[in-house]
Amino acid sequence: MTAPSLTIKGDAHIGNQLIFKAACLDIPAGAWTCLLGRSGVGKTTILKLIAGLDEHITFTGDMSSSDGKPLAGRIALMSQTDNLLPWLSVRGNIMLGSRMRQEHSQSEQADALIERVGLTEFSDRKPHTLSGGMRQRVALARTLMEDRPIMLLDEPFSALDAGLRAEMQELATELFTGKTVLLITHDPAEAARMGHRLYLMTGFGIENLTAILPQQPNQSQRTVRDFDSAEVLAATGSLLSKLREAQR
Amino acid sequence: MKGVVSVCLFVVVLLAGWQSLVSGFDLPHYILPSPMRVVTTFTTHFWLILEHATVTFSEVILGLFFGVLLGGMTAITLAASPVARAVMRPMMVLSQALPVFALAPILTLWLGYGLIPKIIMALLIIYFPVTSSFFDGLMRTPSGMLDMARVMGAKPSAILFHIRIPAAVPGLASGMRLAAVYAPIGAIIGEWVGASEGLGYLMLLANGRAKIDLMFAALFMLVVMTLALHFLVDRLATIAVRRIDPSAAG
Repeated sequence: MTAPSLTIKGDAHIGNQLIFKAACLDIPAGAWTCLLGRSGVGKTTILKLIAGLDEHITFTGDMSSSDGKPLAGRIALMSQTDNLLPWLSVRGNIMLGSRMRQEHSQSEQADALIERVGLTEFSDRKPHTLSGGMRQRVALARTLMEDRPIMLLDEPFSALDAGLRAEMQELATELFTGKTVLLITHDPAEAARMGHRLYLMTGFGIENLTAILPQQPNQSQRTVRDFDSAEVLAATGSLLSKLREAQR
Repeated sequence: MKGVVSVCLFVVVLLAGWQSLVSGFDLPHYILPSPMRVVTTFTTHFWLILEHATVTFSEVILGLFFGVLLGGMTAITLAASPVARAVMRPMMVLSQALPVFALAPILTLWLGYGLIPKIIMALLIIYFPVTSSFFDGLMRTPSGMLDMARVMGAKPSAILFHIRIPAAVPGLASGMRLAAVYAPIGAIIGEWVGASEGLGYLMLLANGRAKIDLMFAALFMLVVMTLALHFLVDRLATIAVRRIDPSAAG
């Protein structure tokens, strides 16, 4: 399954309230697109729109993938809360999707993924016995288990401490290779580190700020930029000022 | 442990107050028997009381079983179908405006003096609390889990079975805790209205013949039975909740 690119052009409303107007989002295939914005600006609405989740949103415009096929069934979702079911083991949580779709058991694939996120010895444990970072790694493995070409990530690392967050960014980059990723984030440092393409969402609209990102990187190398490199720090700084400017 | 001590203390104070009331006002035993007299009656009539208690206990257990079954099925139906919600919820609220007690004579008229009307009384009295607390639990599944399941391509029935029902077990558990103390009330009312056996019948009979000590002894048995049932169901409910969410307190 090769990952398609996505295009979203148009306006979105919830009731009479305008969420965004004349948005134009190009999400390239097999790369990380970051949508940066402050809390409450409507980033998650875009994600829900793509995922087909919010029936209250009216969207007028065009939302399509490069291969022309519908998006349903080709998307996996990962959010800030890990949404692990407390009554299932790590393995049970990872296999939840296939079990709900009544597909036959793919426990070898699940075990392989558990190993890739480094949780082999915890695979029979219940989520409450795991740390926050480990839980989010389970969520990562569950998202990968779905084997979908498009990944929608809604601030998945924002509840983790800085060290864990950096670790998860690296792990996710490695594991999501070749997938079309849309990362919603309010963290300029994360956007500067992860993005191949970058959109800034403010109350005025959506702006393409890809030019601010350090030299076009690593899409093929499958690594993230170093968080302490001068270019990333500089980009983080200018993104933060852009965020604050937009608020005024 | 502290709870046990304070309960024991409370019982001792209660018994002392009771005894001093009887001695102080020199009350005749057909108005208020002394605690000692009740204890004596309880031991001399133990087998009689136990026989009637067994009847009441069967009514309560069967009422609990069918009430939880019916309430559980209703809650799942309501949670699964918006149409069912629109049709059935007003009916359920309306049914609550009707005092269940008032139905007891009619049930006895229709179904006779046997176990069935008492079981139905116990069932009716627990049906609403079980249904509504389980239903609340079913409707309160964290939205993140539901979004995730929908993106995974799960059918509504699969989401109900794999996520919503297990996540609602704490709701069902609190409904069952209430049901365990309500169900005996239903059975006793059923017995008061018309029965030839059971603790409610025995109490009414004893009261009518001024055997107040026997009435108190039967009442004591009822309290013991209800408490035992409460602790049993509470224990089971706690185990069930812990299995679903081991991090939850209680």
